[in-house]
Amino acid sequence: MNFFSPLTDGLRGLGRATLFLFTILAGLPEALLRPRLIFQQIYSVGVLSLIIIVVSGSFIGMVLALQGYRTLVNFGAASSLGVLVALSIVRELGPVITALLFAGRAGSALAAEIGLMKATDQLSGMEMMAVDPIKRVIAPRFIAGLIAMPLLASIFSMMAIGVAGGHAIGVELLGVDDGSYWSQINQAMHGADIRDMLIKATVFGLAISWIAVYQGYHAAPTSEGVSRATTSTVVVSSLAILALDFVLTAFMFH
Amino acid sequence: MTTAADSLVRVRSMKFGFGPKVIYDGIDLDIVRGKITAILGPSGTGKTTLLRLIGGQWKPDAGSIEFDGINVHQQSRKQLFELRKRMGLLFQTGALLTDLSVFENVAFPLREHTTFPESMIRDLVLMKLEAVGLRGAAKLYPSEISGGMNRRVALARAIALEPDMIMYDEPFTGQDPISMGVLIRLIQGLNRSLNLTSVIVTHDVEDVMRIADYVYVLSGGKVLDHGSPAEVQQSKSALVRQFLNGEADGPVSFHYKAARSYADDLMAGRE
Repeated sequence: MNFFSPLTDGLRGLGRATLFLFTILAGLPEALLRPRLIFQQIYSVGVLSLIIIVVSGSFIGMVLALQGYRTLVNFGAASSLGVLVALSIVRELGPVITALLFAGRAGSALAAEIGLMKATDQLSGMEMMAVDPIKRVIAPRFIAGLIAMPLLASIFSMMAIGVAGGHAIGVELLGVDDGSYWSQINQAMHGADIRDMLIKATVFGLAISWIAVYQGYHAAPTSEGVSRATTSTVVVSSLAILALDFVLTAFMFH
Repeated sequence: MTTAADSLVRVRSMKFGFGPKVIYDGIDLDIVRGKITAILGPSGTGKTTLLRLIGGQWKPDAGSIEFDGINVHQQSRKQLFELRKRMGLLFQTGALLTDLSVFENVAFPLREHTTFPESMIRDLVLMKLEAVGLRGAAKLYPSEISGGMNRRVALARAIALEPDMIMYDEPFTGQDPISMGVLIRLIQGLNRSLNLTSVIVTHDVEDVMRIADYVYVLSGGKVLDHGSPAEVQQSKSALVRQFLNGEADGPVSFHYKAARSYADDLMAGRE
């Protein structure tokens, strides 16, 4: 046991994960030729995550509207409620909370599925049938995560700002004028905000998919190993999302 | 002794270990074409490891493994995959893909490696399933069938691409006498009708002795003895005889080695 061993272990893990990412990227062209496999995965990581995203988006929008209204009304600025909700959601909460939920719902499932496939020799079996598991199993799941995240973040934001969430509480319940709710959003929010949200969501999607497939593929082939891979996926992904969010925001904030 | 042309697999002076633990310490082994070769040995001798080495999943530390004259470990990944299409490995668990039906599992290698039309794939899959007696289970999922049936589906999948050789990893473990009988009949029947070469790794001595043409007994990283089942049963090695007759004590001790004697250990508690 060396004083620096946690650091060297961490670096070694990062190096292995990077090499693994390159292997996946090398397998992407072949995986893209079989869109059916990718659609199946988009269904299981994206469509099946919809309920949690829609419900969370609605509630977070509602809470933001309630809290925002209490403060804004003191300054007679309740008509700016839409801007407050919309910018908070699009710039930060939309991509970040979607990513945290996605890591918990889809990332953990991915890691557990791949880990169990490994533990039950399904991946080895594929290799022995001359089928590359990276191209057949890993790459389609990786691409699906990458595509699903920006779509889910957009749906989350729409739910939080307009469809339910902020609009339902602000306009329907607290009586903010519908016209000023939307027109102020229209004035304050720019295309760049939406672009930045999509960039953040895509980067988070990449990070979560990468972490999940890496953890699953390198899980010890035991029940304990699979459980550890699932936990690590959620913990590492969550930390990565928050750290990446800071870095991306710092770049976008000028 | 076999000649080079007779043997489909030739292992020469092969050494392999996991870190400091030596699994194989320079073994020579031949798998003869068209025959059933049994590889016997106590648990933990690395019998499964040998199959993975032959399949190219792991690389030996020294020595060579040839399949049909081709050195398995000097191939590119693409060449290795081509080679693997000619060998099937039946995992102990069956290793069926749990998200696919029995039919789709058997169709899997055909869909991955051929451009056959759907109607032909259907016919081929049904033929393979019929051969293992499970055409009726085509629509079921691996979780809905028994362990023995799982292995039979895996066998149907392994013969889908009509390989030259099938390696069976502990095919009889945990099987009831009926499914054991079914498996034995299948292995023997397929070997003959498809002109296969079979390698069976097992510690079920009695059953495998009935169908094997040739037997290798491995232990402690070495080949202890080899020959026809009758020859091996007359082995001079006490260890081989202990293993074949299933005696609890002998060269492989009943007692796991302890640091001090029994009496010392008991007395130590009184101090």
